[in-house]
Amino acid sequence: MYKILDKVDYSDDVYMQVIEAPAVAAAAQPGQFIVLRIHEEGERIPLTIADFDRDKGTITIVVQAIGKSTRHLQKLGKGDSLANFIGPLGIPSEIENYGTVVCAGGGVGVAPVYPIARALKEAGNKVISIVAARNEKLLLWQDKMGEISDELIVTTDDGSCGRHCLVTEPLQELCETGGIDLIYAIGPGIMMKFCCKTTEPFGVKTIVSLNSIMVDGTGMCGACRVSVGGETKFVCVDGPEFDGHQVDFDLLMSRQRQYLSQEKESLDLYVECGGDQRCLK
Amino acid sequence: MPEVSNDKPERKPKRPKLPRTAIPEQPAKVRATNFEEVSLGYDEQMALTEASRCLQCKRPKCVLGCPVGIDIPAFIKLIEEGDPAAAIAKLKETTSFPAVCGRVCPQEEQCEKLCILGRKQEPVAIGRLERYAADWEAANGPSGKPEIAASKGKHVGVVGSGPAGVTCAGELAKMGYDVTIYEALHKPGGVLVYGIPEFRLPKDIVQRECDYVESLGVEIKLDHVIGRTMTVDQMAENGHDAIFLANGAGLPAFMNIPGENLNGVYSANEFLTRSNLMKAYRFPEYDTPIKVGKKVAVIGGGNVAMDAARTALRLGAEVHLIYRRSREEMPARNEEIHHAEEEGIIFDLLTNPTQILGDQEGWVEEIEVVDMELGEPDASGRRRPVPREGSERRIPVDVVIVSVGTKANPLLTKSTSGLELTGRGNIVADEHTLLTSKEGVFAGGDIVTGAATVILAMGAGKLAARSIDRYLQGQPLLTPEEEEAIQAASDKAAETAAAK
Ligand SMILES: Cc1cc2nc3c(=O)[nH]c(=O)nc-3n(C[C@H](O)[C@H](O)[C@H](O)COP(=O)(O)OP(=O)(O)OC[C@H]3O[C@@H](n4cnc5c(N)ncnc54)[C@H](O)[C@@H]3O)c2cc1C
Ligand code: FES
Repeated sequence: MYKILDKVDYSDDVYMQVIEAPAVAAAAQPGQFIVLRIHEEGERIPLTIADFDRDKGTITIVVQAIGKSTRHLQKLGKGDSLANFIGPLGIPSEIENYGTVVCAGGGVGVAPVYPIARALKEAGNKVISIVAARNEKLLLWQDKMGEISDELIVTTDDGSCGRHCLVTEPLQELCETGGIDLIYAIGPGIMMKFCCKTTEPFGVKTIVSLNSIMVDGTGMCGACRVSVGGETKFVCVDGPEFDGHQVDFDLLMSRQRQYLSQEKESLDLYVECGGDQRCLK
Repeated sequence: MPEVSNDKPERKPKRPKLPRTAIPEQPAKVRATNFEEVSLGYDEQMALTEASRCLQCKRPKCVLGCPVGIDIPAFIKLIEEGDPAAAIAKLKETTSFPAVCGRVCPQEEQCEKLCILGRKQEPVAIGRLERYAADWEAANGPSGKPEIAASKGKHVGVVGSGPAGVTCAGELAKMGYDVTIYEALHKPGGVLVYGIPEFRLPKDIVQRECDYVESLGVEIKLDHVIGRTMTVDQMAENGHDAIFLANGAGLPAFMNIPGENLNGVYSANEFLTRSNLMKAYRFPEYDTPIKVGKKVAVIGGGNVAMDAARTALRLGAEVHLIYRRSREEMPARNEEIHHAEEEGIIFDLLTNPTQILGDQEGWVEEIEVVDMELGEPDASGRRRPVPREGSERRIPVDVVIVSVGTKANPLLTKSTSGLELTGRGNIVADEHTLLTSKEGVFAGGDIVTGAATVILAMGAGKLAARSIDRYLQGQPLLTPEEEEAIQAASDKAAETAAAK
């Protein structure tokens, strides 16, 4: 069992948990993810590592509650435990001194961008961060991102905080100004797709982190396959990071919707049962 | 002890005439809708009758067919004498998982193929008797724990809890070594737990075998992905005096035809893992979903394809099995093909998929296939299927399960320094010792041989345990006699070749 040491609610839907998992923390690097299972009947859900502390042996995850499992996880807090917590999985980010790097995070995508941006900063890069969300309530980790960035840009779709625009607008401006050596864009599929569309004409390499559906997370099943540069890749072992200009985002997003109806059925039942797993039997 | 010895059938006169004892099964129509075991196993009387068919050959051929050399006549004799406890003890001298092997071994290719009775009539049902003895033990409590040698103060790390890893760990524990198994998944058992369905191998049997190995003192660390959570090199640094790599052949192959990434296209591994390991067949009680579909196409002709097809059938679909050669060339076990046919799987033979077509939303809608003809034999000796031009046609389906084999998963091997691999990514290990190119590291099972069988993986586990024991005691991995025997065998092979 893996203990939950801390939990913070950021909004009605978004929350942060700190999990005790010393073996995972000891090996964790920016860009990697974990797979967790809440209980014996649970599914395996992949989540990108938002932070890790090797000394304390902890991993931080930031989750947006959408389906049944993430709703259930949301109800757990300090003192509760998870049945399984596996990782770190995937290939770590390639951290080196590229020069000037833009790190853009959309929604909960800001969380996985954070350790990457921090490592890039430590490696000597000039880090320009863009923290984006639909509205102010959904903005995440502005302060944390601010601390490790040379420059911080905040955008909201509705203008409730920061600039009133989509994440692509400052991205476009930065590309136009020039001098950008690398871009990281992490968030919902649609956000990453348009970030890549924005940067492609400028030829600035744009790395994305893909959040496909997974089962094992070790390359054994192929549930996570995506098309990159016309070739089939397994996100869990070949990624999760890829050159965004090569990724078929439409396929990614279509595959993410595979279980929508089952997810709804499961969530509805869960809500009907008042969150009691036993009543599903 | 059951009271059986009295009503034992008269032996001598009946022996040659008795037909092979049929095994009771769930009727095909019934079992096609549930996940309970298909075959119900012999009862005591059936086992005694079947055991009495064994001729107790002085030089038994069947033993030569068994990859681990079980003393088959001996355990059958003990069953016949009404002593299943002794029979299971005899079996366990050589095999770690009789309950598993009795169910899933391809006996018709191994021991039973060589049974003398088989020349004139049907061979003795060795597998069913093995299962009987193992199930007897499960029902009547374990027949005593094996002796465990005094601690040798050395620690062995095993990667993977499939049949190879668990067998090796069990053997080493009995010899007095501290053993830790590292398993990537959240349940031990390897393919036995994620691949082979409940209706062929109930999961509580696999769990029981893993519990048994733990009872010998083996520690099983789940959720540990070697190559990620820890590397093989780190295992060595962290006090493992020897390492056995038994991480299987778990990387699904696809066909590289258009449409393979559409929604509703699964690898057999994914489909089976969802259903078996994650229990998606009990969704929504279990959280993992599975797309069942009304009409499913399974591509392939091996055991894995049969398992996927029969699982889809049980989930309520009409299932077409698409295979490019004919029934005779199917690599699946005869029994599985037969069971699949009985249950109503539709076999589209000499048929090959050319593309999968989807609807606007990205879901599978049709599969395009082409008829095949058998041409000249290929390297495998089987006649090569060639497409018949202009025979393309489309079958409407909503789920496609691709079961065209597995490859070596590079996750572990790529992260390990100094490990020699074959061109296909399998680990190179000495045939006789299982030593790899890396000091103190041994490897066996599917990761070395490519996808094979449970019994071969178990055999590799045993061999590895013997080599690791010798290695840790500073002895040569092969005794001089063994070296001689190997030399003699290879000389003889060279002679035969020269004579030809
Ligand atoms: C669906 C299916 C049906 C089959 N039916 C039969 C049958 O009827 N009869 C028969 O004899 N054989 C059958 N086989 C083949 C048989 O199951 C395998 O040959 C056998 O299980 C191989 O054993 P193994 O121990 O080498 O590997 P596996 O059983 O594959 O076990 C390997 C284990 O290692 C773990 N692992 C992998 N990588 C890592 C890592 N990096 N770190 C930690 N752990 C790791 C895996 O999760 C797995 O648990 C079948 C196979 C499949 C897929
Ligand atoms: S999640 Fe199974 S292969 Fe990637």
